[in-house]
Amino acid sequence: MKHIVKIFSLVVAITALWIGLLQSSVIPRSHTWLLPVYFVVSLGCYGLLMVGVGLMNFPTCPQEALLLQKDIVEAKEYLKQRGVDVSSS
Amino acid sequence: MDAQNKNQANKYSIIVPTYNERLNIGLIVYLIFKHLNPDGTQDMVIQLQKVYGEDRILLRPRPKKLGLGTAYIHGMKHASGNFVVIMDADLSHHPKYLPKFISKQMETRADIVTGTRYVKGGGVHGWNLIRKLTSRGANVLAQTFLWPGVSDLTGSFRLYRKSVLEDIINCCVSKGYVFQMEMIVRASRKGYHIGEVPITFVDRVFGSSKLGGSEIVEYLKGLAYLLVTM
Repeated sequence: MKHIVKIFSLVVAITALWIGLLQSSVIPRSHTWLLPVYFVVSLGCYGLLMVGVGLMNFPTCPQEALLLQKDIVEAKEYLKQRGVDVSSS
Repeated sequence: MDAQNKNQANKYSIIVPTYNERLNIGLIVYLIFKHLNPDGTQDMVIQLQKVYGEDRILLRPRPKKLGLGTAYIHGMKHASGNFVVIMDADLSHHPKYLPKFISKQMETRADIVTGTRYVKGGGVHGWNLIRKLTSRGANVLAQTFLWPGVSDLTGSFRLYRKSVLEDIINCCVSKGYVFQMEMIVRASRKGYHIGEVPITFVDRVFGSSKLGGSEIVEYLKGLAYLLVTM
């Protein structure tokens, strides 16, 4: 099944739930009309939260830059000894 | 590659597309051979002393810069292995992870093993805050809408079973990094088993304007395309 169909079905299910709530008056009408807005806003907030958390925990590897420099030196040495031109131009 | 895998039937071809990577390609080749030899330094030196051998390094140039997707296809025509690794030539992808890719594939019998920079054990160096923010934002968007099943969608350090790579590459139409996303999402939708290996990514291309406004628009368009067509 195409992914967009899955998402569409999810949206349809949620919409059906919303319409059901509207008709059954379990929650006061004024609130029910606003539910989609609440939903989108919370989704947006959740997204922002995930971005923030991810940003704080973004894995970094400064030591890898140093290791890479060492590897480059080692590789250049090796190739130079074997007559390979290792100038940067 | 020699007798370094218990399963002698597997052969790994490594495709490294290059453009203006004169020095880096020499360094990459050295590092590839260093890390794919398990027997230690002395044996490595003996091997390397044969100066690699033309049957192991193939240079297949094209008349001019023609694009990454076609570079992969071109490379694959000359690849004799049953597995293909693709990696960048600018040393942001370190060959020391190659054994990890190979062993992950053997453990899990995965069709694709992709390097991920975003999990513990992986990481990035050389990105400023804005770059990290856009990367993280892009990732959250993609995860929310695409449910791709992998943590790093735009990464291009991957091991593919050759038949799988051939299958998906012919269907892909995007360009640039959206191409990498399309490859992995297509593979996921087709039901291929995808494994992940944490990798570190050292971005040495400082100051490159990779994330301008047009890049963001291109990304969103790519995301929308993948959302609707997959």
